[in-house]
Amino acid sequence: MKLFEQPAHVLHDMLVNKEITSLELTQAVLARIDEVEGDVQAYLTITREEALAQAKAVDEKIAKGEEIAFLEGIPGAIKDNICTKGIKTTCASKILQKFVPPYDATVMQKLEAQNPVVLGKTNLDEFAMGGSTENSAYHPTCNPWNTDCVPGGSSGGSAAAVAAGTAVWALGSDTGGSIRQPASFCGVVGMKPTYGRVSRYGLVAYASSLDQIGPITKDVTDCAHILNIIAGRDEMDSTSLDVQVPDFTKALVQDVKGLKIGLPKEYFVKGMDPEVEAAVKNGVKELEKLGAEVVEISLPNTDYAISTYYLIAPAEAATNLARYDGVSYGERAEDASDLVEMMTKTRTQYLGEEVKRRIMIGNYALSAGYYDAYYLKALKVRRLVKEDYDKAFKDVDVIICPAAPSVAYKIGEKIANPLEMYLQDACTVPLNLAGLPGISVPCGYNKDKMPIGMQIIGKALDEETILRVAYTYEQSQSYHEDRAQLGGK
Amino acid sequence: MSYEAVIGLEIHSELKTKTKIFCGCATSFGAEHNTHVCPVCLGLPGVLPVLNKRVLEFAIKAGLALNCKINNFSKFDRKNYYYPDLPKNWQTSQYDLPICEHGYVDIETSKGKKRIRITRIHMEEDAGKLVHSGNTIKDSETSNVDYNRTGVPLIEIVSEPDMSTPEEARLYMEKVKSILQYIDVSNCKMEEGNLRADLNVSLRPKGSDVLGTRTEMKNINSFKAVEEALEYEIERQEEVLEDGGHIIQETRTWDPDRGVTLSMRSKENAHDYRYMPEPDLVPIITSDEEIEKFRESLPELPDARQARLESEYGLSSYDAGIITSSRQMAEYFDAVVAAGADAKLAANWIMGDLSKNLNAEGIGIEESPVEAQRLGEMIGLISKGTISSKIAKKVFEEMWKCPDSPEKIVKDKGLVQITDTKAIEAIVDKVIADNPKAVEEYKGGKKKAIGSLVGQVMKQSKGKANPQMVNQLLAQKLD
Repeated sequence: MKLFEQPAHVLHDMLVNKEITSLELTQAVLARIDEVEGDVQAYLTITREEALAQAKAVDEKIAKGEEIAFLEGIPGAIKDNICTKGIKTTCASKILQKFVPPYDATVMQKLEAQNPVVLGKTNLDEFAMGGSTENSAYHPTCNPWNTDCVPGGSSGGSAAAVAAGTAVWALGSDTGGSIRQPASFCGVVGMKPTYGRVSRYGLVAYASSLDQIGPITKDVTDCAHILNIIAGRDEMDSTSLDVQVPDFTKALVQDVKGLKIGLPKEYFVKGMDPEVEAAVKNGVKELEKLGAEVVEISLPNTDYAISTYYLIAPAEAATNLARYDGVSYGERAEDASDLVEMMTKTRTQYLGEEVKRRIMIGNYALSAGYYDAYYLKALKVRRLVKEDYDKAFKDVDVIICPAAPSVAYKIGEKIANPLEMYLQDACTVPLNLAGLPGISVPCGYNKDKMPIGMQIIGKALDEETILRVAYTYEQSQSYHEDRAQLGGK
Repeated sequence: MSYEAVIGLEIHSELKTKTKIFCGCATSFGAEHNTHVCPVCLGLPGVLPVLNKRVLEFAIKAGLALNCKINNFSKFDRKNYYYPDLPKNWQTSQYDLPICEHGYVDIETSKGKKRIRITRIHMEEDAGKLVHSGNTIKDSETSNVDYNRTGVPLIEIVSEPDMSTPEEARLYMEKVKSILQYIDVSNCKMEEGNLRADLNVSLRPKGSDVLGTRTEMKNINSFKAVEEALEYEIERQEEVLEDGGHIIQETRTWDPDRGVTLSMRSKENAHDYRYMPEPDLVPIITSDEEIEKFRESLPELPDARQARLESEYGLSSYDAGIITSSRQMAEYFDAVVAAGADAKLAANWIMGDLSKNLNAEGIGIEESPVEAQRLGEMIGLISKGTISSKIAKKVFEEMWKCPDSPEKIVKDKGLVQITDTKAIEAIVDKVIADNPKAVEEYKGGKKKAIGSLVGQVMKQSKGKANPQMVNQLLAQKLD
């Protein structure tokens, strides 16, 4: 394997053993960017100079014989809706095209304690609204397995970079599947931790009660390591949970004996791509062979999850995005004669179609006279969805289903039909509504060699069990060693 | 037809926490524009609020002092509207589950005691301030925003529409102000906008129990304006109704210079605030034990203090009411008494000469150049007979000007009362000798004539002779 194809834990050992330097590694990944970024377009900003300087600094430290942290000197990428002090954070929106945060997100502070090499900021659907990264105001990102296809979204840039070898690891954010679905589409590992496990401070809010930052990596081992780094209570985020953070790498054991897996029947019905269904069921069979017990379960309110999500998320988005008004930061439209015109023109010109659509839906749902029928009802159904899981988890340890109902589709194929796009989120949004952790691990390909992801869902704060199941499965296969070959065009 | 007014107040009070409600920025007033700001109060992308625990403590204390029930479960909501002084374009406030509910205060009106019920008290953040290049927004080329005030904690105290006269509204607001100052949760500096009220008023035929259409006047920040604005508005509504018209539900602004209210925004243009629960803050859970702890920490409140002054010192209800109307005055009074002064004299001096001087200079009692200790000593001198009440006024004026003790002033200025019988007798003899006419009149039965003789003695002693002794000696010598 080439350097840029290696997972972080392998590279870390190579650095420790002085087989490579961080500079060599960083240069290898930057060379890979030069080679394929034109086809993949995973990045919005590349911080080449800063990356090289950081690599050199880490090498000096190693030369002095100092110990290094897990991510130290290893190049990675950050989704461009996570605030990075002094580095442009655009959310793939025109309205923040020049926005340079004066502060770091908490996850960035935690990462920086590790001295990783940050290569840049990755593409996303504008403000994380979308499932294909086509809603970026700058450019689409292409799937490294077939560049005619979408990488999924909204963390499409992060997933594509990890899959293409233009980043060793990446951070994404997941509001309705935005880590797990692109991980599935790009054949990499992506985890949405329990709501409150990772601080949201500095994550530009889309839907506050659903958003969660998580790792996108080449394998489960890297996922556990990065979760160790970013998890934990943060005084700056009142919704972050004040609980002990275990060492997640301790969960990296191959053992599912006696573990009970629930297969929700509602996920394996209409609209599901048969190849996806077959691959996931094979994966479950494999786990059964390894000693797990599989039972069919029911999550009866699954059908309502999409409609619930598409009321709650836009309602929160409508208020979260109200701040982009041209007054004190971000872009401001010219030629306005008064305040209302200034705000209206600014938002009309600088916000994208999908963002505006969700703002409209959200404001409608919150309006006097409609609140009870839409927003309040959605909150009640959200509770029912959560109760489905609570009930199911009385009998099972994890729940397994696909991370997406299909493999990556062609760029442009679904973008004209927002409703069809929304239905793509069916496998992932229920977890966000319930606040539960979920991981997507590669479990095979369709006939066109497009990756399929298996989603493992756990109880709240039980990331350890899903990591253990994911690791056990991963180690029984070799999908995590496959690398995208940039087909297509 | 004769009408009766129905008045309700929403009082906004800034809490005197050191830092803002959701971030660590300072709350102090008067700093250079946009210096008390950070990513959180500026509403930059990605920031999150964290509730300042002091705000919760102060709100609960205010609720307890205003006889409210404190809700064990409370939450914040987003009140959405677009305005440049609101960086997020929503105000974090409380909607359906405020921290306090169902309170009351009693006020002493000219017609007796009246209870004004309080519907609720909720916590919220203040907005920033627009700084216009011209005098008003209309004649300004540009407007700038100062975000220093953004995120300063507020409580909003909403009354029931229990008041029926402008006087009651003023008394209610004064009482609320006094209570907030007593419990030390707000500076209540009205000129700095610490305390301001929205006034709601409607009219209905006397005796009717149906509410009329109301109008609202926002951001009234003086007691005088509360009364004047309501007086004007009641009169205006009365005229409209008398002329057969009907009141439009609207927001009106009070122009204190012209003494009129003007239409600002009608109900049709009213905001739909699209309230929603604030997902970035967790619900506020307060146990009964915590609430009891806050209750125990409250100081003596005005009503209790007034009762104490009446029973302990025999002050009249009126005097005790005035003395306890502000915590500062009540504390000053206690200090004067502690310095050895007679309580009734202390009350008279505080309400009389001291208040007169403070008002003339426009300063508060806590800034008085005559400290409580010195005033107490001076009153002590009166009681001992060292100086007369009349001389005391001169001493007090000296004390106002210089920091010397009253004893030193009396000594330096030679203001000690003449109580030496021989000295007074000498003057008395001289006056009797010099005023044979008056002496004759007195002896002829015109007892009043003694007054002019006393006056002469006092004049010749430069006011220092003890008046009682003068009277006594004169009577002795003439009878």
